[in-house]
Amino acid sequence: MEANTLNRLNRRLLKIGHLISLFLAMSIICLPGLWVVLSSLRPTVEIMAKPPVWIPQQLSFDAYVSMFSGAGRGGIPVLDYFINSVIIAASSTIIALVVGMAGGYAFARYRFRGKTAIFVGFMLTRTVPGIALSLPLFYVYARLGVIDTHFGMIMAYVALNVPFTVWLIDGFFRQVPKDLAEAAQIDGCTRWQAFWQVEFPLARPGIASAGIFAFLISWNEFALASQLTRSTNSKTLPVGLLDYTAEFTTDWRGMCALAVVMIIPALALTFIVQKHLVSGLTSGAVKG
Amino acid sequence: MATVSLHKLVKRYASVEVVHGIDLEVADREFIALVGPSGCGKSTTLRMIAGLEDISGGEIRIDGEVVNDLPPRSRNISMVFQSYALYPHMSVRENMGFSLKIARRPQDEIDQRVAEAARTLDLEPLLDRRPSQLSGGQRQRVAMGRAIVRNPAVFLFDEPLSNLDAKLRTQMRTEIKKLHAKVRSTVVYVTHDQIEAMTLADRIVIMRDGHIEQVGTPEDVFHQPATRFVAGFIGSPPMNLQEAVVDDGGLVFAGGTRLPLPRAFKDKTETGSKVVFGLRPDDLYPEGHGLHSGGESDVHAIDLPAGIMEPLGNETLIYTEVDGHEWIARMLNPKPLATGEAHRFNIDLSNAHLFDSETGRRLGG
Repeated sequence: MEANTLNRLNRRLLKIGHLISLFLAMSIICLPGLWVVLSSLRPTVEIMAKPPVWIPQQLSFDAYVSMFSGAGRGGIPVLDYFINSVIIAASSTIIALVVGMAGGYAFARYRFRGKTAIFVGFMLTRTVPGIALSLPLFYVYARLGVIDTHFGMIMAYVALNVPFTVWLIDGFFRQVPKDLAEAAQIDGCTRWQAFWQVEFPLARPGIASAGIFAFLISWNEFALASQLTRSTNSKTLPVGLLDYTAEFTTDWRGMCALAVVMIIPALALTFIVQKHLVSGLTSGAVKG
Repeated sequence: MATVSLHKLVKRYASVEVVHGIDLEVADREFIALVGPSGCGKSTTLRMIAGLEDISGGEIRIDGEVVNDLPPRSRNISMVFQSYALYPHMSVRENMGFSLKIARRPQDEIDQRVAEAARTLDLEPLLDRRPSQLSGGQRQRVAMGRAIVRNPAVFLFDEPLSNLDAKLRTQMRTEIKKLHAKVRSTVVYVTHDQIEAMTLADRIVIMRDGHIEQVGTPEDVFHQPATRFVAGFIGSPPMNLQEAVVDDGGLVFAGGTRLPLPRAFKDKTETGSKVVFGLRPDDLYPEGHGLHSGGESDVHAIDLPAGIMEPLGNETLIYTEVDGHEWIARMLNPKPLATGEAHRFNIDLSNAHLFDSETGRRLGG
């Protein structure tokens, strides 16, 4: 066969192989999510069946209906949990972003004593698993009387997220050339205006991604929330999942349905914010 | 339009002093260039004038008013950065109108002034593009447009052409010159390229290690360099400089080669004093292939070996050697010359320079 044809064939085969392996990888990644959605629609018998039933025999929205049906009819206070989750995740994200922007900007732009040590210290806090902190945190919170409050949860999540937002936003501010802020000051801006008019818009993709991460961490966190919340006052959706476990039984279908309810807002938010995640916004600012 | 004056200006970073009490007066509408090698303090000086660096001592006046502690926005200046520093999230139009928008000028006025500047700089077709869609030269022009829109008292340029390729640099140099002729503002221009300084500036300030070596017109600094450093820095190829001892109306180099003492320095030197002899390549040429500005009596003939040749078309640079030191000669109307052989060269002593070998200062001023 001619060398050219052989090469073309080779390339085509490689491409097909590439696509197949991508498909397999994506299936492995997506299957659990798909399984959760399917399980929320089928009876427990089918979910627990051995060998597993791959093709669902009957689908129904019963779990969703009963979830919202109120106490006594299989319902749980989803709306309370949802509102708690939104309040706690949104507030802690906003605070973590504000602190992260201030901190990230300071790390990116200013020189001060102990800068590296503080930065490494921030990173080290991330090496401690949240669950290891839950007992000391519980004691402190109990003394302060902030167990089972929005405030307590928000503070915990802010502390959890701030090192991460500072670190991520610092990197994005570093990419914004210093000359731009100086040019803005020459053009008549105060330091503050130069930040809001020039540096902030350019670092927005970083701030948006830090926001998504912080929100998802707060939204999905279970370990701390299960220790620090008690009632509908502050229980979040992940803790609400435990409402489906009783002493001897677990309502897997209900649990999966709640999981789907949890995933939807997170997915929606990610889609909304992702359009801000355009990279390369600073290209053209300076030479090259 | 404004004057700029620096009085005993000092800049220190912690304990390291990088600008040592310099004085400079820039006249109204003057184009002044700060030149010097990297690290000589020229950009720092410019940034202090702009207000982007705090000053550690001394005084800066713009139009007679002390601006030491004023923020950049209150100094009525514009600056063109080496990196252009265009706002990437704004169109060319928004970039140029940004300062007016911040100053809350009416939209009509902003549009009109942006249009005017765009016309001056041929930017009209590019007004709606983003900086990322422009070439280097276009970005440079937008940066200049942004500066002129404000109609500032003083323009500051920080090596604005050093990111452009050689051809574009020459072209933009001409444009800057035209622009200055048109707007007639006071300009302080920092560059490390002495050709840029020579071609653009009314006066050149040569800096070295945080000191001013010389301030003068391009002719002054070229023909009357105040120090050995200026002599070596200004001019391309650089001036030939070599240590010599004055001996009985002559100069003797380390290897014994002897030249007559240039007439201008006869009563300014003493026998036995150590000097540095300086000669521009233009004043050393193969016999019959150069121009001398003094009389015939100032022309001295000497036999020198011809080394590497660099033909430039209308002239050829010849690397030769005097007592083990490399000298460069310039041959006008070039002819082929055998490499490695000695040829008769002429030295125009009326243009020679002598510097004190210890202080490096020009002898006799």
